[in-house]
Amino acid sequence: MSGYSVTEPSSTQKWVAGVLVIGYALITLMPLLWILATGFKSSADSIAYPPKVTFQPTLEGYVNLFTTQTRQTPEYLDAHPPQTWYEEIVHDKGMVIAGPSRFGERFMNSVIIGFGSTFLSVFLGTLAAYAFSRYRIPLKDDLLFFILSTRMMPPIAVAIPIFLMFRNLGLSDTHTGMILLYTAVNLSLSVWLLKGFIDEIPREYEEAALIDGYTRFQAFTKVVLPQAATGIAATAIFCLIFAWNEYAFAVLLTSGTAQTAPPFIPTIIGNGGQDWPAVAAGATLFLLPVMVFTILLRKHLLRGITFGAVRK
Amino acid sequence: MAEVALKGVTKKFGSTVAVDDVTLTVEDGAFVVLLGPTGAGKTTMLRLISGLERPDAGDIVISGRSVIGETPAQRDVAMVFQQYSLYPHMSVRDNLAFPLRSPILRTPEDEIKRKIAEVAEVLHISHKLDNKATALSGGEMQRVSIGRALVRDPAIYLMDEPLSSLDAKLRADLRIELKRIQASLGATLLYVTHDQIEAMTMATHIGVLDEGKLVQFGAPRDIYENPVSLYVADRLGLPRINRLPADLFAGAPSGAKTIGLRPEHIQQGDGKPAKVVRVEHLGDQTRLHLDLDGHAVVTLSDAHTPLEPGDTLAIQPRNALYFDAAGARIA
Ligand SMILES: Nc1ncnc2c1ncn2[C@@H]1O[C@H](COP(=O)(O)OP(=O)(O)O)[C@@H](O)[C@H]1O
Ligand SMILES: [Mg+2]
Repeated sequence: MSGYSVTEPSSTQKWVAGVLVIGYALITLMPLLWILATGFKSSADSIAYPPKVTFQPTLEGYVNLFTTQTRQTPEYLDAHPPQTWYEEIVHDKGMVIAGPSRFGERFMNSVIIGFGSTFLSVFLGTLAAYAFSRYRIPLKDDLLFFILSTRMMPPIAVAIPIFLMFRNLGLSDTHTGMILLYTAVNLSLSVWLLKGFIDEIPREYEEAALIDGYTRFQAFTKVVLPQAATGIAATAIFCLIFAWNEYAFAVLLTSGTAQTAPPFIPTIIGNGGQDWPAVAAGATLFLLPVMVFTILLRKHLLRGITFGAVRK
Repeated sequence: MAEVALKGVTKKFGSTVAVDDVTLTVEDGAFVVLLGPTGAGKTTMLRLISGLERPDAGDIVISGRSVIGETPAQRDVAMVFQQYSLYPHMSVRDNLAFPLRSPILRTPEDEIKRKIAEVAEVLHISHKLDNKATALSGGEMQRVSIGRALVRDPAIYLMDEPLSSLDAKLRADLRIELKRIQASLGATLLYVTHDQIEAMTMATHIGVLDEGKLVQFGAPRDIYENPVSLYVADRLGLPRINRLPADLFAGAPSGAKTIGLRPEHIQQGDGKPAKVVRVEHLGDQTRLHLDLDGHAVVTLSDAHTPLEPGDTLAIQPRNALYFDAAGARIA
């Protein structure tokens, strides 16, 4: 059978394809599975050699991730029996919980900055892309090229001017600053991607709406936006992935209030020995939002990722 | 319904003159068909009337008021586009309701329901109302597009080759259906097409467009019988009008360069001998392809004609049309 056969694949072909896909998935998902598993291991199990595939799961890593702890004397520990399951985990190691760790805050910072800049990038990008797609704009091609050119060097190349600018403007270590920065970086991608999608929507749709008694803005919201949903979803995912994973600027420009999870997670390692389960727990939680977001937008994404090539 | 008039309307795109100084009145209740080949400016004309384009010169008057400064929404026209006018993200029902829900009409939902049912019935799409617009055949989509115009009661319906993407059978059915609907509503309708059969069967008036110019306007029969030019004569009639040098037959008026011979202008049995090249049995017609002194001539014959390729048939013109060197009619 030729490689371009349009007939149903035979059951052998399906089997072979299935085995290949599963094998490939196992190989690529291995690191993720390992992170997931390590998060539920005890400290000892996490560094055991040879590595343990089966182990007694514990929430120690997660408790360590979310709390700070201090060592106490046995007398003190006896006098203060644990009240909750997480206090008990800590108690068993001869420690007591001193308070919450900064992970929760840092994680929330990531959520605010990641989703905030994604929303802003896609919102502004959609408006700009619509204008570029539909209106006669003087110097349109030059403007579009200028917008694209902002991504021609790695953003970190301008780290020093941005650092100084942020300090002078009082944007260092603020949510606003980071949202603006990530939006600025993502906007060119967003405008270009969305312009491609909006160009594909025939103008006749909006024109029909105009004739039917709608204003241009209503035609935009009722006709263009729903049809650009695919492109908007795909663009949002690209923007979120960048903002969520960004490390270099986060290290440079945030240290406290607005610090995001990527620069924070490695610092967990230093807190009293190498606490791999806590690091793995942090990494696991860090992976979740992008995963959930992508799965939610999945049905749009498949078509979106082909950049309109198979929309018809 | 209302009268719509174009007065000296011109529209250029760069150096292309898409619509060239067109003056035309679509009377209240008329079914006007603009006929012209691709690129003649038909779509541009409808876009000018609907307000999607602004004319470079001239005036457009709907129900007695100049609409040049008005938005498409204010002009109260309904338009069926050549393609792409159904919203793929909506159901058929929502597509039909879309114009009725506009901020200008704000039709109550129960009335929307009634109107949609009515129009769907007429266009035979009642059973498809809850389908997604993308889950329709080409013919159904086009009927829904027409339905989206028909749910409204505008000053004028504008239709841009609405039947051109359909198969022959459906086209024939919808032609009759559209004509019937227009007549029963007393609607004013401006319909553009390159299909002469649509023009001949539906129009109360035909306008013939040539590169943006309105070259003739009148009743279908009149345009068929009295074309002002060879171009217009060419647009109507199947088989097409035959063009022969004027000096081939005696009796041409002075200045005539070309004789235009429609099948009914060709008298068989007398005159010059022509050789039968081919006999085409089309079912409803039987066409004779003749060779007359090296010129191809096509005419009609009896369905049971004994003529065969190689035979000879004498022909001569009868009430033929004569045109000068520029293609203008002289007799
Ligand atoms: N938006 C436009 N920009 C440039 N040229 C156009 C535009 N719209 C139409 N034209 C030109 O105007 C002429 C008439 O076009 P159109 O009205 O679409 O003709 P038709 O509908 O009869 O095929 C064509 O030569 C076409 O190329
Ligand atoms: Mg057209």
